[in-house]
Amino acid sequence: MIFDNMKILIHQGKQFIPDVKTTDVPGVFRGRPVISNAPCDEKSLIDLCPTGAISGSPLRIDLGRCTFCGECAFACPEKIKFTKDYKMGSNIRENLIVTEGNDSPILVDADKVRAEIRRIYGRSLKLREVSAAGDNSCEWELNATSNVNFDMGRFGIDFVASPRHADGIVVTGPISKNMAEALEICFDATPDPKLLILAGVDAISGGIFADSPALDRSFLANHKVDLYIPGNPVHPLAFINGVLSLLGR
Amino acid sequence: MDFISIKNNQRIKFAEIPVLAYADFFNVVTNQLMEKPEAHCVSYFGIPAENNVQLLCCIADDASASINVLSSVVSKTDTLQSITAKYMSFHLFEREIHENFGINFDGHPWLKPVRYPYNAADKSQTMVNYPFYQIDSEELHEVGVGPIHAGIIEPGHFRFICNGEQILHLEIQLGYQHRGLETLMIEKKKLLQRATLAENITGDTTVGHSVAFANAWESLCGFTADKQLQMERAFAIENERIAIHTGDLSGICTDIAYQLGNSVFGRLRTPVINYFQRWAGNRFAKGLIRPGKTNFPFTNDLAAQWKEMISAYKPHFVEMAEQTFDLPSVLSRIERTGIVSPAVAHQIGMVGMAARASNIVRDIRASHPFGHYANIDYKPVLEPVGDVYCRARIRYDEILRSIDMMNDILSTMPYDHKPATTLDKAEPNSFVVSLVEGWRGEICHCAITGPDGDLTHYKVKDPSFHNWLGLALAVRNNEISDFPICNKSFDLSYSGHDL
Ligand code: SF4
Repeated sequence: MIFDNMKILIHQGKQFIPDVKTTDVPGVFRGRPVISNAPCDEKSLIDLCPTGAISGSPLRIDLGRCTFCGECAFACPEKIKFTKDYKMGSNIRENLIVTEGNDSPILVDADKVRAEIRRIYGRSLKLREVSAAGDNSCEWELNATSNVNFDMGRFGIDFVASPRHADGIVVTGPISKNMAEALEICFDATPDPKLLILAGVDAISGGIFADSPALDRSFLANHKVDLYIPGNPVHPLAFINGVLSLLGR
Repeated sequence: MDFISIKNNQRIKFAEIPVLAYADFFNVVTNQLMEKPEAHCVSYFGIPAENNVQLLCCIADDASASINVLSSVVSKTDTLQSITAKYMSFHLFEREIHENFGINFDGHPWLKPVRYPYNAADKSQTMVNYPFYQIDSEELHEVGVGPIHAGIIEPGHFRFICNGEQILHLEIQLGYQHRGLETLMIEKKKLLQRATLAENITGDTTVGHSVAFANAWESLCGFTADKQLQMERAFAIENERIAIHTGDLSGICTDIAYQLGNSVFGRLRTPVINYFQRWAGNRFAKGLIRPGKTNFPFTNDLAAQWKEMISAYKPHFVEMAEQTFDLPSVLSRIERTGIVSPAVAHQIGMVGMAARASNIVRDIRASHPFGHYANIDYKPVLEPVGDVYCRARIRYDEILRSIDMMNDILSTMPYDHKPATTLDKAEPNSFVVSLVEGWRGEICHCAITGPDGDLTHYKVKDPSFHNWLGLALAVRNNEISDFPICNKSFDLSYSGHDL
């Protein structure tokens, strides 16, 4: 039996991604969009977008509201292109807004990261995930960060079972009324100093659910967010790179 | 006429649905279930009708591939005879109607809240005062788990009553995930917004739910997807099934601490979901399914990529699965654990993969086929016992079945893409039922349009709605330490239930 197991192990070969910062993702992944200066009918693009992520003059896409459906790029391919750049995390909400004519990467603003975050958690970070009405796609992707392909554990970054063991909370989902209290209690149960990370469009802006009366997003008004990572769902590489750059690694 | 008999995705005028007095409605529904053991309720819900409520019941008759629809108009203050008292499979439908409208059901064993919607009839019911079943005894203790769980999963509360390590009773409180989705389906007017909502009903079944929506909407607009589009959708549904089933086998191995299975199945899922990214730019296929069109026409190159991916996947998958289902240390944990007997599964109206693992032939691909499935003769996979082993094993067999089906699709795909046309306006005052067999089971969407052709009501039912009670019953008399493995073997949706 042990030999069968070993045979299976050998058959797998090497599955981990050697460099999660530079690896290319397969296919036509929709990551950070680029907006050219080509002429286009702004109004029709603004009308098209399902979540109001597009605004005009100059044309901008707010990745905190974008569901990455890609429809705007189909409607106006000369104007909007989605690149395969998965590094879309930032500690500054405004940095998630992509503006026409500006093809620069989305960055973490190191000066605005609390000093104790890098000092205390730079080499080891334990996170507790709270799904607050998430649709289970971001949840699957956050699980995938720990699988043998993405292997986030190699950086000393792990998800843990209890807020008492955690250095920070990762929220997915638009935060329903019915989860608001549990989220607050969980955050409160996490010892200071602690991080707050929003993963995916639903958590960052409410996404397609933004104006639903079934949500209660007051939690976000009361706590400072340390990191926003766009996606629908958040890609494991987007998450890992977002956290690494927050930690200055 | 007692009911109107329609097909999956057949559009009818709403007014064609017979309206019966409740006593007759009750008799017709219960008689149908009594006469035909294969008949089961795919959706039962209320819609506001001036100051009253119109109840709509859709009973699927698997033998004749038809769905029998009937209705009754009742007052919100009525106390109605409960169907649940005779047929347990109605328990959650009646609870939902009670929660939304305040209607009482006489003889219902537990008319408790379902999901605490923001627009519930009785606002005094809150998440914190859920009336859990209790047993008074010095011998027994309660264990509460959730809403936030140890792993990265959706929230829900599990309340166990245990005798030592043994579970006597489990009650599951849901609702934490409620986002008001059905209301948004009506309030958001753009088709793209609605398609986006359908994708987000539960993100682990993006394809299943968005195909259900696309089929329903196309039927309302009088649009028939061509052969190519139908094949692409079936291809996507089956790829989603392979991806999630593989991931679930990984999860089951995690819960019994079989590290090798966890790692290997986990990494085998990666190329399958990455295939969606190759095809449509998103690992969960968000953006792939759109009513009336596709933004990602299937190509010969995509076919070749899939064949290459799956021929690398399959031998590794089979090797790992054969080993898993042969290991005594695995089998001792999953055989005879968490049993839902065929009789119980039938009684509570279980659907999908979990029902088939309890030897119940219930598979929309075979019983109410639509699109590509109507052109093939799919034979559902069955397992005999209904334990964790069967619910794990069925995933193995269904994956192989899906691979075969997808190979067949590729060998007969015409690759002729019609240029996209704009959909006509939806037919006013109409009704349609759309059924899809997603990886979990039977997805049912019901759509109703008003005089201007816009949606006035949209009802979503995820298969989890039927199966949560199955999990609660499966764990009875099991060790509480076996709860995670039972839970994973069902892998039910919280967001799909809470909407
Ligand atoms: S891709 Fe983003 S910005 Fe473009 S239409 Fe979709 S949601 Fe709007």
